Amino acid sequence: MTTTESPTRRITTAKAMAEAIGHEMRADPNVFVMGEDVGAYGGIFGSTTDLFAEFGADRVMDTPISETGFIGAGIGAAVEGMRPVVELMFVDFYGVCMDQISNHMAKIHYESGGAVNVPMVLMSATGGGYSDAAQHSQCLWGTFAHLPGMKVVVPSNPYDAKGLMASAIQDDNPVIYLFHKGGQGLVWMEKNPRSIADVPETPFTVPIGEAAIAREGTDVTIVTLSLSVQHSLDVAEQLAEEGISVEIIDLRSLVPLDRQTVLESVAKTGKLLVVDEDYKSFGLSGEIAAIVAETDPTMLTKPMSRLAVPDVPIPYARSLEYGILPTRDKIAAAVKDLLA
Amino acid sequence: MTTLDRLGLYTEMVRIRQYESRILQEYHADKTPAWDIGAGLIPGEMHLSAGQEPAAVGVCAHLRKGDAITAPHRPHHFALAHGVDMNAMTAEIYGRTTGLCQGKGGHMHLFDAENHFSCSGIIAQGYPVACGQALAMTRRGTDNVAIAVAGEGAANQGAFHESLNLAALWNLPVVFVIEDNDWAISVPRAGSTANTSNADRAAGYGMPGVRIEDNDVEAVFEAAGAAIDRARAGDGPSLIEVHTLRLWGHFEGDAQAYRDDMENIDDRDPIPRYAAALTAAGDLTEAKAAEITAAADAEVDAAIQFALQSPIPEPADALLHVFA
Repeated sequence: MTTTESPTRRITTAKAMAEAIGHEMRADPNVFVMGEDVGAYGGIFGSTTDLFAEFGADRVMDTPISETGFIGAGIGAAVEGMRPVVELMFVDFYGVCMDQISNHMAKIHYESGGAVNVPMVLMSATGGGYSDAAQHSQCLWGTFAHLPGMKVVVPSNPYDAKGLMASAIQDDNPVIYLFHKGGQGLVWMEKNPRSIADVPETPFTVPIGEAAIAREGTDVTIVTLSLSVQHSLDVAEQLAEEGISVEIIDLRSLVPLDRQTVLESVAKTGKLLVVDEDYKSFGLSGEIAAIVAETDPTMLTKPMSRLAVPDVPIPYARSLEYGILPTRDKIAAAVKDLLA
Repeated sequence: MTTLDRLGLYTEMVRIRQYESRILQEYHADKTPAWDIGAGLIPGEMHLSAGQEPAAVGVCAHLRKGDAITAPHRPHHFALAHGVDMNAMTAEIYGRTTGLCQGKGGHMHLFDAENHFSCSGIIAQGYPVACGQALAMTRRGTDNVAIAVAGEGAANQGAFHESLNLAALWNLPVVFVIEDNDWAISVPRAGSTANTSNADRAAGYGMPGVRIEDNDVEAVFEAAGAAIDRARAGDGPSLIEVHTLRLWGHFEGDAQAYRDDMENIDDRDPIPRYAAALTAAGDLTEAKAAEITAAADAEVDAAIQFALQSPIPEPADALLHVFA
């Protein structure tokens, strides 16, 4: 956990990820990195910044554009006891390698009756907001979380990005680590100021499976994750000036899901908004609704509300894209609707 | 090759054949009168390897502790030839708690961590995993090798081509083994593949490739020896295509009405043919052959008994082993 004595500096989410990978590589010779442009480039979204300079091509391996091949190779190395950190550049590319992810990485431990472990991390960039359109802007975390056998973590800020990466690498299970491009703190993309924050220099972990209360409040609960946490925090600050007290639950992990923290918050506020940049139907927002309904639907004093991508591919034109993304304005309006 | 080597190859082929023959019999025994694939003590799909023994036996004769194999949906011959415990494998096929995977995997998903043996039921998808195992061996500085096995139909999958490139690019100690049994379920090779030899495809990736005709176990043994030695020496991957024979259906229950090569198929059976060659060379007698078959039958019978006497898993155990 947090080493409070450790000096902190303000770093980006991308740098925080790379820093955690670097710590684990120094601590364990079995850890290595593979992916497209993870070497000299440092990862298209900065997830392997500076690692190549320190560890060289032997442990920070650029791969051919062969996602089935190198994700499968990650699995093979993991079953032999290595701890590969493999990057799928955009999560949208899952279509060319989902067999290795779902049928192999996620199932080998179960199929083997627990005899074989697959301790690997598959990290990937998610999310839209910068006009990359339908094949480069999806979140898809609900898709991975739906399929059994993979842990799924989705950090929203630099601190959690570092701590969850350390936990993911140390975990004996396959972990899907989904970071949001808009939350990486990249200089070439619009970013929320929360994408740069204080992070301890020394290694620490954030446990997988524990949600965070990103902001305490009493009137309404927003359950959300990833970049939408940053947007929700902005909205909560603005609404506080109007006398509205918003509690924000940052899920951080989808698998395992911290049901308790969600339920306690909903029981407290009686009002629930789920904000999810993934597709609306058959996904995370419905799962949260089901958890509440299965536990005690009477804890809601008003029907819950969902703000998610309305089951359309992500469009290109900025006006269209922002028409369907869960923006701050839409979050604020949804909160007010719940309180009306 | 010595007489002992030849008898070793023959003995292992017979051991596998007697196993598959007995599984065939047991599999069908309780699926009558209305044949139901999910019924009986051995439920589910069953892909048996009769006729393809030369590929497994010729390759695995060169393997040692720490060497890995990824096998496809038709895995029994490679599993047995690689030293996977027959009792635990049989118990897995019967879905028992004493099975390799405690009943979670079944015949298409056999995992034996000790022998670095695994299967994938998805065509060609064991190839990338073998590359990763080879990468781990290289990183650890061992001279172990990984064997990636699939059928000729798999050579038209992207995973095959990605893996060949990756292995050549990174100089990995992998030997790709293609069992060309002429049939991708019902589609003949000529109907699926423009190229007549996957050895040529290996050349396209800058690695040696050989195609072995006639299902000849000694030719497989020689080629595999060279390829495995090459991989152990750090000289990179190779590909071996064995033109083999699927004596039975793609899966049990396959009526094979599509097959036009069944006439005199038993004449192409590699085991009697090899027995005749060994006998002619004075390496095998009728008495010795009978002894080998009897020993195999006894081992198989003990494995079946072990499986039958093993407990059936509790339904609640289905919830175990999702995560470590």
